Amino acid sequence: MSVVFEKTPYLSDKPFHYCPGCNHGIIHRLVAECLEESGMGGNIVGVAPVGCSVFAYDYFNVDMMEAAHGRAPAVATGIKRAKPDSLVFTYQGDGDLASIGTAEIVHAAHRGEKITTIFVNNAIYGMTGGQMAPTTLVGQVTTTSPYGRDEAWCGAPIKMSEMLAEVPGAYYIERCAVNNTANIVKTKNAIKKAFKYQMEGKGFCMIEVLSTCPTNWGLNPVEAMKWLEENMIPYYPLGVKKDKGAE
Amino acid sequence: MALTLMKGSEAIAEAAIRAGARFFFGYPITPQTEIPEYMSARMPEVNGCYLQAESEVAAINMVYGAAGTGARVITSSSSPGVSLKQEGISYCAGAQLPCVILNVMRGGPGLGSIQASQGDYFQAVKGGGNGDYHLITYAPASIQEAINIMMFAYDKAEKYRVPVLFLADGIMCQMMEPVEMPEMVEYHVDPEKKPWAATGWKPGDDPSKRAVINSLYINTEELTVHNNELQAIYGEIRKNEKMWECYRTEDAEIIITAFGTVARIAKSAVDTLRKEGYKVGLFRPITVWPFPYEELKEAAKGCKAILDVEANEGQMLEDVKLAVSGSIPVDYTGHCGSQMPSTAEIIAKVREMKEGL
Repeated sequence: MSVVFEKTPYLSDKPFHYCPGCNHGIIHRLVAECLEESGMGGNIVGVAPVGCSVFAYDYFNVDMMEAAHGRAPAVATGIKRAKPDSLVFTYQGDGDLASIGTAEIVHAAHRGEKITTIFVNNAIYGMTGGQMAPTTLVGQVTTTSPYGRDEAWCGAPIKMSEMLAEVPGAYYIERCAVNNTANIVKTKNAIKKAFKYQMEGKGFCMIEVLSTCPTNWGLNPVEAMKWLEENMIPYYPLGVKKDKGAE
Repeated sequence: MALTLMKGSEAIAEAAIRAGARFFFGYPITPQTEIPEYMSARMPEVNGCYLQAESEVAAINMVYGAAGTGARVITSSSSPGVSLKQEGISYCAGAQLPCVILNVMRGGPGLGSIQASQGDYFQAVKGGGNGDYHLITYAPASIQEAINIMMFAYDKAEKYRVPVLFLADGIMCQMMEPVEMPEMVEYHVDPEKKPWAATGWKPGDDPSKRAVINSLYINTEELTVHNNELQAIYGEIRKNEKMWECYRTEDAEIIITAFGTVARIAKSAVDTLRKEGYKVGLFRPITVWPFPYEELKEAAKGCKAILDVEANEGQMLEDVKLAVSGSIPVDYTGHCGSQMPSTAEIIAKVREMKEGL
């Protein structure tokens, strides 16, 4: 009997704490498979954020560091400068990266830091129970925008991938989603490419992955995926925002 | 060995390199900018890394990342910048990352001034960041002493897995003194000595050796165990690492307490007063955490009063009072902001106190 599928050993056996229908599980698996396929085993350091994926250090089966809220790109910078030959990645949500950690992510990109950021955007603060994020869509109801996000009062949602693509030091930026098989495959290929660029010493790479939050969106997993397709993808268009390697 | 005339900031930076520091992350702020300037030129010469961060917040988190790989790392700043670093310092303490942090104190609160001050004593020894933690905190009074302490600072930080803080001030970094610079220490990350560091692990390796640099213990019982372990370490440091200087205290009726640059001013006052026949001495904590409580109490036996002198509102004064526990009166002279107490002020105060004895 031949083995046709095995869970990658780069994911630990610890059960995920994520809610049913949340996309973190899929994204974790893709990242872990790419870590395995990178061939960098024994020389990988990951940085976990503050947010729903705060326990990522328990799931990614490599050396891990837990950063303060938003500071993962700075921590990753310290790691990469100390171990320039290693594969270093951060895994961050939209509160972490697009709000409290904007300075750190912009300047990691600005310096062309040779790290890879996996940015999971679900348009809400998940761990603290569904508050408005900088990425929350206009009109979206959250526990701190009970009347729906008002653009006149708190601005329109920030598009981090488009913004970071403008930073000269950014090498490769792509926005993906894991809402269907084709997009899951695209996401994996994007992460793989980002790791490859990093190991070639190219520069800062970020893969944004749109994700659902059924619990805090108040939808079931199927409805949440539909909401992502009908609301998030039109505002946050998928695709390559910058790829200096393809130019 | 020959003495070299060196500026404090450069001497301290060079000493850190001699002690094995190869990674500097910082941000310019007066009066310590000569440290990053020196590091930016010197680090490439020793195959080290100087990186100017976008903020002090980022700099201390870069320290966290690099220290987590086992490297010897340093950052420096001045009071407002050190306030920004407090988040990261607390995380370093929680994740038990050895590193060295320099605070070249200037006047506060807020932007304050760019002149020397001692206003960050409370921040340094009573907390600063969130949670129950301490930093081994040295308050050198000369450039040579700062160099000498730097040469063992990383050993202490690594022995206890506790960040080390240098509490200096603008005068210390801006003045020049003849110093003797020690030989370069060869430091290489040894995974056997730092089994907690991210030095390379892959699935299939011994699971206990996977590095998880972290300060999160979501289970309250586990957080209590973690805190108890930290407290046990702090207990060991209190037992083993206190440093202090007693100067002409043996027969003193009045003991002056002071730290850092102010202690040098106080020492001059002691010498002048001694010439005039006053029995006065100086007790100078070199570690302000752990504070040498018992040693001050011992030195103050037979003494009739203490005069605490500081370039702040009297922050160390609280620790001095704790040390003598009301057994003798403790007076204070000094200034908030950036005005250094003068020898004349100290002498006048001692004379006044002597009359009241």
